[in-house]
Amino acid sequence: MSVRVLLPNAFQKHTNGTREIRSEAGNLPQLITDIETQFPALKSHLRDDQGQVRRFINFYVNEEDIRFLGNEKYAFQEGDEVLVIPSIAGGCCAHGGTRFSGVKPRGLCACCSYCGQEECICGD
Amino acid sequence: MAAAYELRCRECGKRFDNAPLSICDECFSPLEVKCDLDAAKRAFTREKIAAGPTSMWRYQALLPVPDGYKPTTPAGWTPLLRAPRLADRIGAKNLWIKNDAVCLPTLSFKDRVVAVALANAQTFGFDTVGCSSTGNLANAVAAQAARLGLKTYILVPADLEPAKILNTQVYGATLVRIDGNYDHVNRLCSQIADRYNWGFVNVNLRPYYAEGSKTVGFEIAEQLGWRLPDNVVVPMAGGSLITKIRKAFKELIELGLVEEKEVRFFGAQATGCSPIAVAVKTGADSIEPQRPRTIARSLAIGNPADGVYAARAIRDSGGWAEDVSDVEIVSAIQELAETEGVFTETAGGVTTAVTARLYAHGRIQPEELTVSCITGNGLKTTDALHGAYEQEAAIRPRLTDFETYLEDRSEERELVGGSSVR
Repeated sequence: MSVRVLLPNAFQKHTNGTREIRSEAGNLPQLITDIETQFPALKSHLRDDQGQVRRFINFYVNEEDIRFLGNEKYAFQEGDEVLVIPSIAGGCCAHGGTRFSGVKPRGLCACCSYCGQEECICGD
Repeated sequence: MAAAYELRCRECGKRFDNAPLSICDECFSPLEVKCDLDAAKRAFTREKIAAGPTSMWRYQALLPVPDGYKPTTPAGWTPLLRAPRLADRIGAKNLWIKNDAVCLPTLSFKDRVVAVALANAQTFGFDTVGCSSTGNLANAVAAQAARLGLKTYILVPADLEPAKILNTQVYGATLVRIDGNYDHVNRLCSQIADRYNWGFVNVNLRPYYAEGSKTVGFEIAEQLGWRLPDNVVVPMAGGSLITKIRKAFKELIELGLVEEKEVRFFGAQATGCSPIAVAVKTGADSIEPQRPRTIARSLAIGNPADGVYAARAIRDSGGWAEDVSDVEIVSAIQELAETEGVFTETAGGVTTAVTARLYAHGRIQPEELTVSCITGNGLKTTDALHGAYEQEAAIRPRLTDFETYLEDRSEERELVGGSSVR
């Protein structure tokens, strides 16, 4: 039994450009382990500091969000097509530079996406 | 002159050059535009804004568009209306309506975000643009792309309201109806954007697109005389608008254009699709997707892209979220029209009904300055009112017939205990 797995463009920097794999995994946790085994460079990006798969990564089986099918309990069926999509996918290529030359990237607090500031002004 | 801007990951903070890109390649989280506020300070003063155009482009210095960009469509600068009669009905004393039901050119707030997205589509050299849409976005992309001479592919759920389909096709857009709900459409668009070199306004252009929503917040503050309200009630679909209005207020505070104030944000959803409201009510920091089942199709996003951020913005501001039934939505559409002369679509019914409930539950106090955001026009969802009004028989063009008609109506009113005619 194997399933076809389609990977998003955003992964390709860590998969040497591979967009599609086949997996013998029986369920979602096994599939994630399999992806990480096939692409070790992807592992640290796929999981957060606590080792959890990042919440913005969605898995679809055929046309359905896997969370509607039982999530980790869902047993893959022969011929299933698994689609991996960040919550808002898209993008053309990888970029690393910045227009703001001479300014080092730094970690932002959780609320900075609202205040939009270099130094948080949200007060928390 | 426009301020400098760049993309930045909302989670890990990684910076990116401006590009049609919405996902961080390190942690796969969403990207957001970061404007250089220091650069904007010179161009973003009350005087310069007042001298600008009467459209959202008066705030161009804080929008991610290239220096010297010449907009072609005057979206935004919609009325901020006092709503005393609606206020009386729902126990409010200082209620305002931000009326994007009359936003140009296609009568919803989506005209704002599309204006910014297509400016960037041109910058990036796309000759074809598109979107996944619950309707209003489809209309806005189709109209503005036509004006810019761009080709369009617009994907919508097959069961969309007929008016929203017509209002897309009339502009010559290629409309692709998808046999599924919005979340299915959105997923497909993500795949298409990965495969084709097209500019999808709410996929690979999303960071730029979303910034257009800030202009709702800028306008509210300016129209209140450069001050912030106590509360804002905002409809939530993908959850972006509420976070961007908050971002706009924060930017105005940072630039010294308004006094610092903790504005509370309240989110509105339909009960039949309420993943963000549920997260707020349960205190969850994640979104459980839902299968939408509501007449408020423009809010029917079961897996909202910015849901986590919307829930967090509401919580951090001290606000709340509520959800209302389809029956309440229809009643609220009628109530807003009857009291304030504003005919909104189902999403505006959601916002109005939630606003009423927030007062009823004491979450908003009557004296507080509260702005309820109406984001779309009722002419697009007239099917929601199907059967609500009986078509009376025609009368002959004679005064006697008219007087008989008035007498009959008067009797009817007395029978149901209503007031008689003057």
